[in-house]
Amino acid sequence: MNDQSQSAALASSAALRARPVALPAFLTGSMKIGSTLLKAAALAVFAFLLFGPLANLALWSVAERWYAPFKLPVSYGLRYWEVVFRPTGDAMSSLATSVGIASLVVVVALAVSVPAGYALARLRLPWRTFIMILFLLPQAFPSVAIYINVARVFYSLGLTGTIPGVVLVHAAHGLVYSVWIAAAAFSAVDRDLELAARNMGASPLRAFMTVTLPLAMPGIMASGIFVFLESLDEFTGTFFVGVPQVTTLPLLLYNASMGGNYQIASITALILLVPSVLFMLIIERFLKADVLSKVGQ
Amino acid sequence: MSRPSLLGFLLIAPALLMIGVLFLYPLGFSLGAAFTAGGQPSLTHFEKAFELYSTDILFTIFVVVVSTLLTALFSVLIAGVLTLSETPWLVAGLRALYRWPLFIPFIVAAQCMRTFLAKNGLMNNTLVATGVLEPLQATSFLDWRGIIITFVWKQVPFVTLMLAGAMASIDRATIEAGRNLGASRPRILVELVLPQVAQTLLVGLVLSFVTMLSVLSVPMMVAGSQPTMLTVDMAFRINSYGDYATANALGVISYALSAAAAWIYLRHNVKREVQA
Repeated sequence: MNDQSQSAALASSAALRARPVALPAFLTGSMKIGSTLLKAAALAVFAFLLFGPLANLALWSVAERWYAPFKLPVSYGLRYWEVVFRPTGDAMSSLATSVGIASLVVVVALAVSVPAGYALARLRLPWRTFIMILFLLPQAFPSVAIYINVARVFYSLGLTGTIPGVVLVHAAHGLVYSVWIAAAAFSAVDRDLELAARNMGASPLRAFMTVTLPLAMPGIMASGIFVFLESLDEFTGTFFVGVPQVTTLPLLLYNASMGGNYQIASITALILLVPSVLFMLIIERFLKADVLSKVGQ
Repeated sequence: MSRPSLLGFLLIAPALLMIGVLFLYPLGFSLGAAFTAGGQPSLTHFEKAFELYSTDILFTIFVVVVSTLLTALFSVLIAGVLTLSETPWLVAGLRALYRWPLFIPFIVAAQCMRTFLAKNGLMNNTLVATGVLEPLQATSFLDWRGIIITFVWKQVPFVTLMLAGAMASIDRATIEAGRNLGASRPRILVELVLPQVAQTLLVGLVLSFVTMLSVLSVPMMVAGSQPTMLTVDMAFRINSYGDYATANALGVISYALSAAAAWIYLRHNVKREVQA
């Protein structure tokens, strides 16, 4: 609902509301101030609970020495940032591994889900609903129990501890989103435009490449970004399939944190936050309401 | 277009193959490993799992159920304020704030909480500095409370987003009618708004429930080793003993827990259809 109609509705409801008893003016005045203070305090507590943990993370990333009983770091500095961003450091190679894996995952997931999404949206398929649910199933099962068996199967194939193994695991995980969003993106394309292209003599493939695909592109881009981020943030699958050779950023974070190196862990966490926050800010531009309303249909 | 198309099948085959090889096959593998011993059907692995991990099974159920209930409470509260509040700055402030944890990865949330909830973390230090807590009363929250706090912190934005969307699309006339008749806003939220968005709330909660059952990083990083959640036990059985049988029995128990959540959802749906 848009804000204008909402505030108009609120205004009209406020105007129509009958006050059962008229209170003296000084009393309503102080009650109003009291309730405003209460609301402000509640909002402040809420903000603290949301951003407190993130603030603690940011503090650790610039703390050179911090131990009990000191409430704040004993000395500040960027020494650990220098350690992390040193070109030969573990963090830079983990970042490269993570970005490389995520890019490959996008390629694999889109190569598989664009045709599948088109077929689900446009072509007559038997058991269509069943197939859509099948793609959702991996989300309905606790993933650790699946990954330990994937790792066992991959071990016999020599895929554990390799980049292709990790890419496959991440791509299967991302397929849920990419197939559903791609199907929704193709459903949102006006079928008459395709028919017009066909009437003017375009082959089915040409109509698809020049009309359908470009129109569905924003939705497909969104699903690609989504898959990229899911892969970048993925921990459980990499933990079972990738170790010990493949160290992505989340694994580096985990190892640093469990080893008590909170500075490295916090800086790695901040690096992982950047794409997530960017995504939150731009997602609304890619994922339009007309596509969103078609998801799952 | 009327006959089932071969082209459609060809286009969808690679995706189906991937789900088959990377999900259905391992799923079958896990069921097979859990229910057989020496090639014979057997429940011995479950006996061992219950014998060693019954505390952790109860602990997992407790943590996930409490987290789900708290998630429901806070999301209804926040979505309710967003929908019904007549204070524009409060709505604007809340709307700008509540979504932030949504896209933060679990592992980053776990690292945040590992520092924030520690004995000498920012939470205790702030409470002591503002005089709410005596310095000696400060304790570490890095146990079951930490896991619950992290889960709720991560999942409330997700459920609130779904819920606020559903609440925005219900008919405002019923709300205004209730207001005109003098009903308070909490009462309107509980009696008029909630029944209309119960379906959405339930979907969000079931998804959160399964997500919490799947997360490995949060219990490993936020809480100590005993008691802990089933995900950590599974990883421990594999990494320390290579014991796939017991790990898969624990896995089947975690499937059963998420199946219970799905069953509650389906039962609610059937009831709704019978009523309609």
